[in-house]
Amino acid sequence: MDSTTLLIAVVGLALFAYYFGRQRAVVAAIAAGPRGFHSLPGYHGGYVALWCALPAIALLVLWQVFEPVWLRSAVIDSLPEATRTLPEAELGLIYNDIRNVVEGNIPSTDPEIGAAAERYSSLRDSSRRIASGAVIVLGLVTLIWAYRRVRPDFRARNRVERMIEYLLVAGSSVAILTTIGIFLSVFFEALLFFQQVSPFEFLFGLSWSPQTAIRADQVGSSGAFGAVPLFAGTLLISGLAMLVAVPVGLMSAIYLSEYASRRFRSYAKPLLEILAGIPTVVYGYFAALTVAPLLRGLGESIGLDVASESALATGLVMGIMIIPFVSSLSDDVITAVPHALRDGSYALGATRSETIRLVVFPAALPGIVGAVLLAVSRAIGETMIVVMAAGLAANLTANPLEAVTTVTVQIVMLLTGDQEFDSAKTLAAFALGLVLFLVTLTLNIVALRVVRRYREQYE
Amino acid sequence: MSEGSAQSVREAVARGIRRRYRNEWVFRTLGLTALMIGLGFLAFFFYTLIGNGYTAILQTRVLLEVELDSAVIDPDGQRDPAAIAGADYQRLVRDSLQAAFPEVTSRGDLRDLFGLVSPGAGIEIQALVADDPSVIGTTRAMWLLADDDVDVLIKGHSPRDAPESDRRLDDRQLGWLTALEQQGRVERQFNRYFFLNGDSRDPELAGIWGATVGSFFMLLVTLALSFPLGVATAIYLEEFAPRNRWTDLVEVNINNLAAVPSIVFGLLGLALFINAFGLPRSAPLVGGLVLSLMTLPVIIIASRAALTAVPPSIREAALGLGASKMQMVLHHVLPLAMPGMLTGTIIGMARALGESAPLLMIGMVAFIVDIPDSPVAPATALPVQVYLWADSPERAFVERTSAAIVVLLLFLLVMNAAAILLRKRFERRY
Repeated sequence: MDSTTLLIAVVGLALFAYYFGRQRAVVAAIAAGPRGFHSLPGYHGGYVALWCALPAIALLVLWQVFEPVWLRSAVIDSLPEATRTLPEAELGLIYNDIRNVVEGNIPSTDPEIGAAAERYSSLRDSSRRIASGAVIVLGLVTLIWAYRRVRPDFRARNRVERMIEYLLVAGSSVAILTTIGIFLSVFFEALLFFQQVSPFEFLFGLSWSPQTAIRADQVGSSGAFGAVPLFAGTLLISGLAMLVAVPVGLMSAIYLSEYASRRFRSYAKPLLEILAGIPTVVYGYFAALTVAPLLRGLGESIGLDVASESALATGLVMGIMIIPFVSSLSDDVITAVPHALRDGSYALGATRSETIRLVVFPAALPGIVGAVLLAVSRAIGETMIVVMAAGLAANLTANPLEAVTTVTVQIVMLLTGDQEFDSAKTLAAFALGLVLFLVTLTLNIVALRVVRRYREQYE
Repeated sequence: MSEGSAQSVREAVARGIRRRYRNEWVFRTLGLTALMIGLGFLAFFFYTLIGNGYTAILQTRVLLEVELDSAVIDPDGQRDPAAIAGADYQRLVRDSLQAAFPEVTSRGDLRDLFGLVSPGAGIEIQALVADDPSVIGTTRAMWLLADDDVDVLIKGHSPRDAPESDRRLDDRQLGWLTALEQQGRVERQFNRYFFLNGDSRDPELAGIWGATVGSFFMLLVTLALSFPLGVATAIYLEEFAPRNRWTDLVEVNINNLAAVPSIVFGLLGLALFINAFGLPRSAPLVGGLVLSLMTLPVIIIASRAALTAVPPSIREAALGLGASKMQMVLHHVLPLAMPGMLTGTIIGMARALGESAPLLMIGMVAFIVDIPDSPVAPATALPVQVYLWADSPERAFVERTSAAIVVLLLFLLVMNAAAILLRKRFERRY
């Protein structure tokens, strides 16, 4: 049986277990009389069902994780001596071939691989048989064990509730595990990269051309992994985006929260927030096919040479994407400023705009800074717009009319397409990912702390 | 104070007030302008999208007399389905074109002539014959699918009067096409392939159904994982967790995860699910796993808000009547919080539907023609299809990209509208 069928079988078994457990409890309850029973029959059923399903599913998961490891070592051990002692990378390729032969993706040509493929599939079949048997037997054994515990004085409800609580704890640990998983997976790949390229060169090198040699005598095959042009490009585009998003977003928020009538606000605010719901790939399409040619034409008409993948077009569209982000966060912050401050200012004769500029804005400043920091982290990590509209070649410049590339563009370029997994080129993507993760993490933590402290100030 | 100085003070104040009121007006106008810039972009955005995309609904077809020659379709006369399916139907299309323009004889000219009709026309005839083998041997007038270059020209995206070197169709092809038009043999009909097909290198055959099914499988996996996990986490943190360092850490962590760039989740998916666990590339299963990790924080935050909105009196009443804590939560608090949780989930799903960056990392950018039939079959997703088409050089893909975006936005609109309705319908004020 494959794992899906097995899982369904276990769930079916658990349903039966629930029914039997409940039935036994009902019979026992009738015999014991109305006051002699601790838990409702449903809890007894649930107890039996949970005991039947959980260990069996745990075993199933363990088997899923360890089967490929075991299969690999067993198959490789059966290969001839000469093949077995090949370096790890080539062995991996051969193993992949074997698996592809088994799946029927490629025809078997080499008799050695054919034999190994046969061994692989026979081992896999017997492993599946054993695992199916073991899972079902385990389910039955725990079912019977739990079933025999159904007695009038058995505290089934407390047990079931304890088990559910454990399940809830396990569920909530997934969020933590995700963060740890991100960090570890990116960190270890980056570590492999830093064994080939020194971190110093990566962080401070001025030239980026991630080509690795296919032949030794190839031109331009040296490969340079200095990421400064990427950082500079990312900062340039994000900076342009912030130049658009911060003034427009902030002024919109001020207008909406301080000037607009209730009715106008109830239409304008959701409309502005539609901008936040548009998928980024759509912005990318827009930047590449509408805004960039527009800017190029505009530049030509006044005699400027604008690259067709200019940082300006990308930054502009990214800024528009971030407007609702800035405006809704600063809207929250501005409305949180206590009314007493405004009233005091009006009482001294200040106009509305003077109140906003001289009283409300300074009072809201920490919160607004937090919002801007969050927006910067969004801009740095934004991928689709830059992949579609920014340049591909690393270019160290501060001129917004030229094409620059960013960290996220390079990650996508390095990882799409086929290449071996442990080449410096692929691993460089993970090093970039690590930098991206750490920078955005720091920005987020600082921003959230600033916003929280600000909120406490007025509560 | 003398009379004169009081006068001058009053004048100075009046001047100051004029200046201050002018500043007030300027500031207010600036605010309105900022808002209008945002809204104006939104309008511009939809205007170009719909303006570019609406032509994709129709598609050019050419009326030709097709002789369903039994010598080509079924030379043995056995009516063997396998033989019928394997016949060269494109040849029937070529024959009918040649019959329409008997004066064209040279090999090169013929190739240009045959270029007017899409390679998909043969497939259409094949489907017709497979449905009803009795048509073999008859001659029928059929609306055959035109090539994308013809389509672009007929729709006016590529001007007819442009110099020949700027056109995809040369002068002779244009002449034949005009002749066909004058006979009323060129028509724009509903473009069903756009809605029913998978991807294709021929724009006239390319459709979004494959990507839609891929997105559907992905959202299914995302929903199945992130909803239970998100609700479980929210219940634990809100109702059971003790206030200590660990839960603080979990909270900070969830807020941070919500702001981690999506491409980093893609890196996690690549390193963990594909390289470590050996799951297949390009599969909606892996896409769904990655997206559910991304959606989880959204659902957790919404679900916690829904749980806090349930007033303590409900909890106290349940506990007072003798319910255990778990019974109180599962029987009373959870049902009341469920609409809010579902609203958050739908919004999370809508975000997952529009996400494409992490999918590029796990190989969902492959060119896939077949409609996926399971979560482990190779597939692509709607936003990724948009990305792929946006990169394609053919002019005919421009309208299809815009149309695909409109479809994607419609899906998002429906989901968000459902979320708003759900909130309006079940929202309770205590």
